[in-house]
Amino acid sequence: MVERYVMSIDQGTTSTRCILFDHGGRLVSVAQREHQQHFPRPGWVEHDAVEIWRNLQRVVPEALSNASVDAAQISAIGIANQRETTVLWDRRTGVPLSRAIVWQDTRTAPLVEDLRKQPGDAFFLDHCCLPPSTYFSAPRIRWLFDNIDGLERRARDGEVLFGTIESWLIWNLTGGADGGLHITDATNASRTMLMDIRTLTWDEALMDFFGVPRSMLPAIRSSAETYGEARSVLPGVSITAALGDQQAALFGQTCFSPGEAKCTYGTGSFLVMNTGTDLVRSRHGLLTTVAYKIGDQPTVYALEGPIAVTGSLVQWFRDRLGLIHSAPEIETLARTVEDNGGCYIVPAFSGLFAPHWRSDARGVIVGLTSYITKGHLARAVLEATGWQTREVVDAMNADSALALKQLKVDGGMTSDHLLMQILSDVLDVPVVRPLVHETVSLGAAYAAGLAAGYWPDLQILRRNWHRAAQWLPDMDPERREGEYASWKRAVERSLGWIQPPEGS
Amino acid sequence: MAGPVQSIERAAAILRLLAGGPRRLGLGEVASSLGLAKGTAHGILRTLQHVDFVEQDPATGKYQLGAALLHLGTSYLDVNDLRSRSINWADALAARSGESVRLGTPLEGKVLVIHHVFRPDDTLQTLDVGALLPLHASSLGKVLLAFGATPSGPLMETAPEAYTRHTLVHPDDLNRALGEIRELGWGAEVQEMSMGEAGIAAPIRGQGGLVVGAIGVSGAVERICEAKGRPQPALITVLRETARAISRDLGAARW
Repeated sequence: MVERYVMSIDQGTTSTRCILFDHGGRLVSVAQREHQQHFPRPGWVEHDAVEIWRNLQRVVPEALSNASVDAAQISAIGIANQRETTVLWDRRTGVPLSRAIVWQDTRTAPLVEDLRKQPGDAFFLDHCCLPPSTYFSAPRIRWLFDNIDGLERRARDGEVLFGTIESWLIWNLTGGADGGLHITDATNASRTMLMDIRTLTWDEALMDFFGVPRSMLPAIRSSAETYGEARSVLPGVSITAALGDQQAALFGQTCFSPGEAKCTYGTGSFLVMNTGTDLVRSRHGLLTTVAYKIGDQPTVYALEGPIAVTGSLVQWFRDRLGLIHSAPEIETLARTVEDNGGCYIVPAFSGLFAPHWRSDARGVIVGLTSYITKGHLARAVLEATGWQTREVVDAMNADSALALKQLKVDGGMTSDHLLMQILSDVLDVPVVRPLVHETVSLGAAYAAGLAAGYWPDLQILRRNWHRAAQWLPDMDPERREGEYASWKRAVERSLGWIQPPEGS
Repeated sequence: MAGPVQSIERAAAILRLLAGGPRRLGLGEVASSLGLAKGTAHGILRTLQHVDFVEQDPATGKYQLGAALLHLGTSYLDVNDLRSRSINWADALAARSGESVRLGTPLEGKVLVIHHVFRPDDTLQTLDVGALLPLHASSLGKVLLAFGATPSGPLMETAPEAYTRHTLVHPDDLNRALGEIRELGWGAEVQEMSMGEAGIAAPIRGQGGLVVGAIGVSGAVERICEAKGRPQPALITVLRETARAISRDLGAARW
């Protein structure tokens, strides 16, 4: 019998990956392409949506040929994507109307500050469970309307489509201007600031408020169902899942029960806890979000602590400072010293996300003396990820009845053993990595495979989860508290750096 | 202490000269620029050409820096880089084999374990990244020795330690085993480091086919080996596929 596989497409912040998984949830083939990051101004981050679509067209055949797999052996396609990144394109030509504005982009900060004053956080929390932030999509649509001549009018005339990246890719995969499906899933829609997360429908009040016409919004579908067949790249193969990358990772870690949580370490890092079918409101700076919705089963919700800059701090250290040649070398450099030498880096490049939510923060390096070497800086880079995780874990523990007893981790940075040890040390709990560290891709594959009948149920998927590595805490409690206190003082120094323009 | 070696100083000056501009240089230009006799310059250039540090244009006879020199600084592969680039494949190998997986690189006459994936049965296991294994008694070490990733000379001069009665301690035995590993493309260790344990390993190649590390599967001898005490062919196949996949990602040509 010919072996069949599920194809997962992970369209991430820095690269597009295509991975094939077998019945055992084992990785069979992988192909990857990075795309260019555009930083046209301080705080602006853009991608070229066409480049991303082209990369997808390349990595899919590469993944097939790497494992000598035929398109007919693919049971289903699942898509996981960088969330909140905003693409507007012409319905007739399929041409994007600007570069995609990426989730890290802070250009909407002045608008967001206004929203927090008037109508105020409560209005938004009430309608979509999100506080206004530069992180989400709707303020970006407003910004584009206000900054591109005639765009708002064209949108009102029905000529413009909006989508996060999964919408853009599915539309192109299913025919594009020639009848492509314009859809999104509930997890991605929950990050737009336009959806009522109880009913999973576009919210009239929010659409009115941001001036977003319904005709440009995709149809909201569940995270796992047959959306339609691909007409290009893999013609005839069904697309049966789409999830935001962090929700996909939660799914890939098989956190199917309330209280189960994971943290994914990539460009940013995201602690997500399943809260079951209950919609839990955070009192400590976490977001309420849709975890997943399988077909017509009840919606499962999650609490999430997003950290904007973790892996991207390492990339900055590599690409902008040139102190290392490859990201993993940060570990080699950090191991040249015993400790941080008193130096702390708060990477508030996009302001601070959870639990602070301060768009007026900017990055700081504190504690510099002539003693500090690049080794100390490298250690401070890794520790920044550790302490930022500690802050969101503290918030999660404060919001939830059960304290986290171990941290399940995944993502590219989990190959950094020093970082994993730092995490265990600062959290004072075991840190556990599962056998498939490409959990984002695995989660999209799981959802797609469930919808396509490739896997029968969640229980089967749970049995695929195995521990691949574990790190145990090994830090003097007094030192831990002292370092945490220093970190908090460093964070204070990052706040309030961006000031409102004169006279506002 | 001996003074500087003049010919090496001159060779360095020639390399600096060739690196200094975009243009290829003729023998006369090199010699006159450095105040050397043509014969001396020619001798040094030919030696540099021999080790691929310098290339001569066949049409004009002029010289430029060679490709080997350009790659000299980049052939170094950081061990954390190697782990990061192997992690997906090492995970898949552990999942397929049901056994623990380790990656090793040479370090000062030992094997440094740079990556470790637990046996996927969720029993209590401890990470041994950073541990050192003996070259002659581990499958990882024997593969590194066989493919020249670390010199075997020093090992042959001292009497290698016998961990069990199966450990290869005699230079002839070890040399024969290394020759076999080169022929097969993989190596095994059957109760050579500890009784009841066995392992198999295959080389990981980087740019230019250079062996930069080894990846191995290890576990109880009755699971790794068949009844006859030889490693299971199915295990060898998945191991070698994994090693090839990592090598391909590291830029080794198909081999």
